[in-house]
Amino acid sequence: MSPFQTSRIAARAVVRNKMRSFLTTLGVIIGVGAVIAMMAIGSGAKAQVEAAFAAMGTDLLVVLPGSSSASGVHGGFGSQPTLTWDDLAAIEDPSQVASVKIAAPALRSNMPIVSEDQNWTTSVTGTTPEYFDIRSWRADRGAVLTQEDVDTTAKVIVLGATVAEKLYGVSSNPTGMSVRVGTSQYRIAGVLAKKGQSPTGQDYDDAAFIPVTTFGQKVQGGLKKYLSGTIYVQASAGQTARAQADVSNLLRERHHLTQNDEDDFSIRNLSEIAGAQEEGTKTMTTLLASVAAVSLLVGGIGIMNIMLVSVTERTREIGVRKAIGARKGDVIRQFLLEAIVLSELGGLAGIFFGIAGGNGVALWFDMSVVFPWVWALVGLVVCSVIGIGFGWYPAWKASSLHPIEALRYE
Amino acid sequence: MPALIELDAVEKTYGDGDAAVHALRGVTLHIAQGEFVAIMGASGSGKSTLMNLLGCLDTLTRGSYRLDGREVAKLGARDLAVVRNRTLGFVFQSFNLLPRTSAVENVELPLLYADVPSKERRARAKEALDRVGLAGRFGHHPNQLSGGQQQRVAIARALVGRPKVILADEPTGNLDSQTSINVMALFQELGREGITVVLVTHEPDIAEFASRVIVVKDGLVQTDRSQSPRQAYRVAALETGT
Repeated sequence: MSPFQTSRIAARAVVRNKMRSFLTTLGVIIGVGAVIAMMAIGSGAKAQVEAAFAAMGTDLLVVLPGSSSASGVHGGFGSQPTLTWDDLAAIEDPSQVASVKIAAPALRSNMPIVSEDQNWTTSVTGTTPEYFDIRSWRADRGAVLTQEDVDTTAKVIVLGATVAEKLYGVSSNPTGMSVRVGTSQYRIAGVLAKKGQSPTGQDYDDAAFIPVTTFGQKVQGGLKKYLSGTIYVQASAGQTARAQADVSNLLRERHHLTQNDEDDFSIRNLSEIAGAQEEGTKTMTTLLASVAAVSLLVGGIGIMNIMLVSVTERTREIGVRKAIGARKGDVIRQFLLEAIVLSELGGLAGIFFGIAGGNGVALWFDMSVVFPWVWALVGLVVCSVIGIGFGWYPAWKASSLHPIEALRYE
Repeated sequence: MPALIELDAVEKTYGDGDAAVHALRGVTLHIAQGEFVAIMGASGSGKSTLMNLLGCLDTLTRGSYRLDGREVAKLGARDLAVVRNRTLGFVFQSFNLLPRTSAVENVELPLLYADVPSKERRARAKEALDRVGLAGRFGHHPNQLSGGQQQRVAIARALVGRPKVILADEPTGNLDSQTSINVMALFQELGREGITVVLVTHEPDIAEFASRVIVVKDGLVQTDRSQSPRQAYRVAALETGT
């Protein structure tokens, strides 16, 4: 019999018992649906983590000053200023560290910012224009700091979106207006585009930025030799690990540390943290998908069960078919194809519900919508395998029936 | 010229040792083309076994079976399926039509396994249904047809492969007497066209329509006589679809 005819007979047998076919495929629908949904949610979560780390800046290293140590009590990183402005200049110098693209200082202090009728206390950072490049932050309204602002010790300020909102309300444009920080009046140069939260839940938009020179003069009271803050470093693309080693060596050399001395600074590699977070998401997704795969297996057993019932029920039909000339292979193909049609239908429905369900959950949690096409394809292949695997035994059983006994079966 | 069906010293034993059942103990039987043979016998006489062997549904233990000049006793399951498909047609007591499948599709079934192209299949199935007087009921499902009509669909299914032999196992067992006579008339017509019909029955009335009656007892042919058959005519009821 031609394959086309065989598939027609199989499809007809499936359609003939609609309710039963639906219930049979339900196991596969749930199994495939769960796997696909897990993959969609997993990909969404991964995309979200990636987006969060992209907002921190790519190829980013943060250099922190070392700890103070008095009478055996260690004060923690940053408690003792060990980094100098010369260190920063050395890091920025491409002839000394080739793997570093740019670097910027970040000096922080929590201060109230006062507008005409509102005030908001936030973290005020003294920095240079490179900082915005390193973190790929752009101004939504107005502009970010310029080199000229730094050179002229200009009293300008760039506000984070949250700060602008608190002081002037949503979607206002306070560019050019004046705020007071400490004892001085600052002109608002611009408002940064909204960036959301850091992976640890900190609001990137609750911050304000002024030129580092202005910060030194007005907040710290004159720039001293030591840089009492952190240095943000952007490594050349893909050279984060090398840049980390290079900067470390440079600073050890500059600080005259011998081999036995501990580092008097610390370098944080943020892409490492991103990698760890992604790994965690991946592990979770794999775990959930494995559980879903087990339900797919159960679905396959369900198909086998119903196919066995079907063979018993249609014993006489098999007898008739054999009597009028069906060969063993014809009967095997007929029942095998029926099992495959069942599992493929289940698979298609499962993919549909999986993508719909997965993306529903993704939307609910504000994650990006993902269509795991590759997994859908894998799902269909797996369904064929399930159809063949679990359909084989019933089909073989049907084909092995003796025509006389099958015809006599009541 | 050899006969169409030649059974020589055929034995069939089920099981072995002390539990062995000798269903046939040496049957020799020659049936020529166009004969209408009725096989009779009590239950347990071996007539069903004989029928299964004739129908190539079972293999014999000893002896020889030549069908249309070919020895089929030693053929494997695959070749036997081909013989059943090309040379034989089956009619059963309980019709054995596929449920929820139209008459014309039921009739097409043997051609499906013979790999006949779909257009020709459909045409031949309609022709066969026409021949048994069911031209207007191609699309009817078995549950929409009377017993007599269902049996005629089954006969059309047996005929559609243009077999040399039609084997009918108690074909009138589930039919009333008038419908039975109509079915017999159909078999007699087939005989006149050169198709050999072998019928198993336990009703003497039905055997009267055959040209030869073979009685089987205890696994042996007890009597084998030719007779002038009682003529059955299709009555008007057939045409109205009883």
